[in-house]
Amino acid sequence: MASSQDGDHAAYAELLTDLFPVLRRFVMRRWPNAHDTEDVVQEILASIHTVRQTYDRRRPFTPWLMTIAARRVADAARSRYARAHETTVDVLPETFHGDGAKSEEEARDDREALRRAMATLPASQRRAIELIKLRGLSLDEAAQVTGKSVGSLKVGIHRAIKAMRQALARDG
Amino acid sequence: MLNEELIKTLAENCAPVRPLAHPARRALMWFAVSLCYVAVVVAVMGVRPDFLAKIVDPQFATELAAAFLTSIVAAAGAFSAGCPARPIWERFAAGIFLSVWVGALVVGCWRDIDAFGLAGLLSHSDIYCLPTILAISIPAALLILSMVRRGAPIAPFVTIGLAALASTALAAAALRLSFRQDAAVSVCIWQFGSVVLLTGIASLFGRLVLHWTMRDELIASFLAHRR
Repeated sequence: MASSQDGDHAAYAELLTDLFPVLRRFVMRRWPNAHDTEDVVQEILASIHTVRQTYDRRRPFTPWLMTIAARRVADAARSRYARAHETTVDVLPETFHGDGAKSEEEARDDREALRRAMATLPASQRRAIELIKLRGLSLDEAAQVTGKSVGSLKVGIHRAIKAMRQALARDG
Repeated sequence: MLNEELIKTLAENCAPVRPLAHPARRALMWFAVSLCYVAVVVAVMGVRPDFLAKIVDPQFATELAAAFLTSIVAAAGAFSAGCPARPIWERFAAGIFLSVWVGALVVGCWRDIDAFGLAGLLSHSDIYCLPTILAISIPAALLILSMVRRGAPIAPFVTIGLAALASTALAAAALRLSFRQDAAVSVCIWQFGSVVLLTGIASLFGRLVLHWTMRDELIASFLAHRR
């Protein structure tokens, strides 16, 4: 590390290469459930790089290294924990719209209402909705199946959704 | 990014760095510069007229010395907190002088009670202390902030808290040298209270001010330098 502070590229590369397996073992021991051990080790190496001026040559290297590693593992665990909570919030709207959050009758009513709304569409728009929104085809694939251009399919989908929205609103 | 790629990139960008000086040495440097600034501030505001009489009062001298020592030791603690694996006690050493400072203020309150009875504990509002201490401490705080940012953000709340304590304690000492406010309770509540309040608020911003450079930011900065 002292050589790296002097700008010795080769010594620094050798040090980081030697440190990688040591840090990987450290992360796996500290945080056995980590799914992205390699990412955490890379963050530790980047952190070592940015604060290498704090290494005091008169003091032992290992405690300096492990203090940074322990701090970065804790930070990674905390940010992962925070992200896990954010995901829960993201899922909420799907839960409200999903059939699982509704009674069987409500889900059946929704499907019926959609079927009625689709029935009001012109045949070409209904076909576009079926292929792209229900069967999950891409615009290119749907264009091949129907023989229409991608542009006209886009317009058809847009108009169909608008018409269905109006039909659903009228339906109640 | 592959591990080998990252190591290669880091090694390629390994410019020589000057190791940080010992925390105590950096604290002395900060204190010397800040003390010059505080001397100018006191000169501008005017030294209290009874300074020579007050400085021989053991309670006042102890209070003033404790404030200055709290400032310098807190600064050393802030610098130490940014150096991985330095002894933990260095971060809390300022507590000794902080306790002496509180002790001197308590002795002052006790003397006021002795002299004036419980009426000596009545405090009038000196709310101006808070903005004055804040204003005086800002340049010293900015200087110490620029210095602690060279360290590692391993304990951001403690580092920023100690840096704020160092700056505000110095400002409080400057205030004692300029203003004739000797009611111990007032000094305790409005001056020492301002130091505690500002230190507490500043420490809450620790993680906002001091944070690690993430791997991707670092790589991006290398690329930006190369262009």
